[in-house]
Amino acid sequence: MKLSAPLTYGLIACILLVSTPHTDHLPLWVSAECSALLLWRAYLARSGKALPPRWLLLGITVFSVMAIAVSFRSLFGREVGVTLLILLSALKLLELKAVRDATIVVYLSCFIIITNFFYSQSIPTAAFMMATLLVILATWVHLQTGDLAFKPRLRIGGLLLLQAIPLSLILFVLFPRVQGPLWGLPQDAYASSGLSDTMSPGSMSRLSLNDAVAFRVTFDTDAPSRDRMYWRGPVLWDFDGTTWKRGRNATTLKGELQDAGMPLSYTVTLEPHNKHWLFALDMPEKLSINHRLTPDFQLLSDKPVNARLRYRADSFLSYRANVDELPRQLQRALNLPRGLNPQAQQLAEGWRKLHPHDDAAIVREVMRHFNQGGYVYTLEPPLLGMNGIDEFLFQSKQGFCEHYAGSFVYLLRAAGVPARVVTGYQGGEYNDLGDYYILRQSDAHAWAEVWLGERGWIRYDPTAAIAPARIESGLSAAVSNPAILPFMARNPPPWLRALRFNWDALANQWNQWVLGYNTETQFAFLTRLGMEDISWQKMALNMLAGVFILVGVFTLLLLRRLVVRQTDPVQAIWLKLCRKLEKSGLPRATHEGPLDYVARVNAAYPERSEVMNDLATRYIALRYQLLQDELSLQAFKRAVAAFKL
Amino acid sequence: MNPALNNVIAQTEQVILGKPQQIRLALTCLLARGHLLIEDMPGVGKTTLAHVLSRTLGLQFQRIQFTSDMLPADILGVSIYQRESGEFKFHAGPIFSQMILADEVNRATPKTQSALLEAMEEHQVTSEGETRPLPSPFFVIATQNPTNQIGTFPLPESQLDRFMMRIQLGYPDATAERGLLSGVDRRDLIADLKPQMQTSELFELQAQVRKVFVSPALLDYVQAILRHTRESARFVHGLSPRAGLSLLAAARAWALLAGRDAVIPEDVQAVLPGVASHRLQSVHDTQASDGEKLARELIEAVAIP
Repeated sequence: MKLSAPLTYGLIACILLVSTPHTDHLPLWVSAECSALLLWRAYLARSGKALPPRWLLLGITVFSVMAIAVSFRSLFGREVGVTLLILLSALKLLELKAVRDATIVVYLSCFIIITNFFYSQSIPTAAFMMATLLVILATWVHLQTGDLAFKPRLRIGGLLLLQAIPLSLILFVLFPRVQGPLWGLPQDAYASSGLSDTMSPGSMSRLSLNDAVAFRVTFDTDAPSRDRMYWRGPVLWDFDGTTWKRGRNATTLKGELQDAGMPLSYTVTLEPHNKHWLFALDMPEKLSINHRLTPDFQLLSDKPVNARLRYRADSFLSYRANVDELPRQLQRALNLPRGLNPQAQQLAEGWRKLHPHDDAAIVREVMRHFNQGGYVYTLEPPLLGMNGIDEFLFQSKQGFCEHYAGSFVYLLRAAGVPARVVTGYQGGEYNDLGDYYILRQSDAHAWAEVWLGERGWIRYDPTAAIAPARIESGLSAAVSNPAILPFMARNPPPWLRALRFNWDALANQWNQWVLGYNTETQFAFLTRLGMEDISWQKMALNMLAGVFILVGVFTLLLLRRLVVRQTDPVQAIWLKLCRKLEKSGLPRATHEGPLDYVARVNAAYPERSEVMNDLATRYIALRYQLLQDELSLQAFKRAVAAFKL
Repeated sequence: MNPALNNVIAQTEQVILGKPQQIRLALTCLLARGHLLIEDMPGVGKTTLAHVLSRTLGLQFQRIQFTSDMLPADILGVSIYQRESGEFKFHAGPIFSQMILADEVNRATPKTQSALLEAMEEHQVTSEGETRPLPSPFFVIATQNPTNQIGTFPLPESQLDRFMMRIQLGYPDATAERGLLSGVDRRDLIADLKPQMQTSELFELQAQVRKVFVSPALLDYVQAILRHTRESARFVHGLSPRAGLSLLAAARAWALLAGRDAVIPEDVQAVLPGVASHRLQSVHDTQASDGEKLARELIEAVAIP
């Protein structure tokens, strides 16, 4: 059987739709080859020309597989697998000969749908894949029914999809979850933009151009004011002249807080960033998940965060941190590369002479210097050379938070005051719809901590001395040219802002309840539904029962529709007669009327024609003349029952 | 079966040889108060069929040969100034007749065509602000020439829909052809024909058609057919509700011709090619002549409920 052109277009559309999102990460030549193959196939379908010969297809296949092997240097792994799958399904379209081939293409399309979720699990992706599935189902219906018009095809496809929804809900809610991702996906599966563990001029301002969400926070009680929301990330100690690094802590003891006030509790939903660190408000006390608290109050998870992570945290906003800091740690907080930045050294030593024993006064001097020295807060500072700190402090005077935090710590260390750089996020955007805060990459920030003996480590933010608006209102208020900021970090019109919040609230629900539906959420949800003693056996049993009941209900509904058709007793008797004749090798065609059928039977069995004619007359009288009374109906019934060929 | 009807059929079959099915369909159309379109080659007996039917049924007959320079007034009639009385007097056109043969209707301009089609639909003629009823019964047999397309204006789908049926006569088979060749001149035969029916009898029969019983089961079947044409990808358009009404009316008339007082699925199937072939168009091949084949496919595709 030759497949019709419209059906072929449908199949081409299926493959096209499922592979379009992949163009984002496929090699360019693969996308180009697939488009060329699909176009070729569409042309062949349109012109009605013969499909390419087998040897040509084989040649293209071998060549393509070799090209993939060369460009990926492997034939294994997820990327290669997906690429092969897409390329070969495009090729499969070129050998569409029988219904079997078309069926394979339909199933392949369904399979490729899954691969799209390797790369993105967002709502738009899910919606697009749902629409794609509808097209695939409609094509499948087309394949099965032959000549149904487009609209009823789409309707049946949609109906199938709708019927599947309750079933998939049961499976989704009750299927026992495995801890961690089901597939051991390689790390490149996740976007890895975010804070790194080094800081050099430009690293923060680069990040501030990215409006991807870093994490979301829901506070149990009232949120602190914006200028107290410092979300602590990597703490940087070692400086080599251009770059700040974490270095090695001299101890493994965890940091200690004294005189802490009431803890503040909140829940963080962290986007995957492929690094170990977790973010919490200054100063974190404890987390609900497995973690390690370093001596410099960094929170680290056991393994890189490569899946969305939800945790509860407690923080203290007022504290005295590590009052008894180890001398070796303090020594680290004073180290500077030798022989660099002589002017800065000189400036710092001048302050030290002014306040020989008062570290706090020196800190005030530095802050005043930044505040009154004519410094500018900008996203596009000039490039700096070897003596970067000097150049920045005395010539360019333009910088972003990493410049200020870095030179602030440098000046203090030069003056003999222990100090370190802290990176993380500052502030957050409140979504009043979902009552939570959104922290974006553009909220990345760097500040400093200074150790002042009795008072422990104290946070100072030199950026606040230059551009207080950055701390109080956010980046867009502090930068003179917001146009270069990412869209989401600018101040958009209110309606757009509302739309954005709506969307983010929806995305947050999606993340927490669909993507983040893991063992714990499942447990919590089922408990709330009233299930007791939850175990995976019990869930599996419930799941099977649910599926069974649902399929049973659908089956009953469909059966009832079949039964309804034959409620007419006359028709039931007539069909009984037809079945009897069918057994004798004379089946009635569905479009055959009673007279035509009887005439055919009479031709085969002339000796029975009298009885047959009588039965036909009775049937016509009962069904089409509506000469129905109980007597004639019973007579007809008896006559059919007695009938034998 | 009505004896007069039997005689009509028998007499017509004596002149038109080997076409019993087409004769019955034409009669069906007449009884169901529809109009007939015959599409075929010249010389296969379209005109003769119309002639014979009018003679046999005792109806006034007018033949209008359509040409491209024809005007609506040539069909409907004109008012002419009378010098003696100083008034306009209406001179009725050829359409004021019980049976019209509109020959080669697709050679006239659309304006003239629509004048005819409007008269067919309304059973009355409005000209110069005065409405004049057409005689009753009023039956139009229009013919079209399928191959000769130069200088023709094919009827658009909307006007084709006004015809209850479209049939084709086709070449006669060998026996019928031999009878035709060896027999008497058809014109002489027609001249000798006697009316087999009074007009009042024809009215009576037309009234009876409308009383032929239609059961819900049969309506299910008709609806299944209509639904199939609308849902299937095989056809460009589905059948219109007017087509559905025509189908039912024709099936009633066919049942009456067969001597039944209720419609059965076979009646619907018998008239379906005539009723549907000019209204259905295949998606795949656009050849209009395939309508009949398409209608057969339609019959086989729809199960009788």
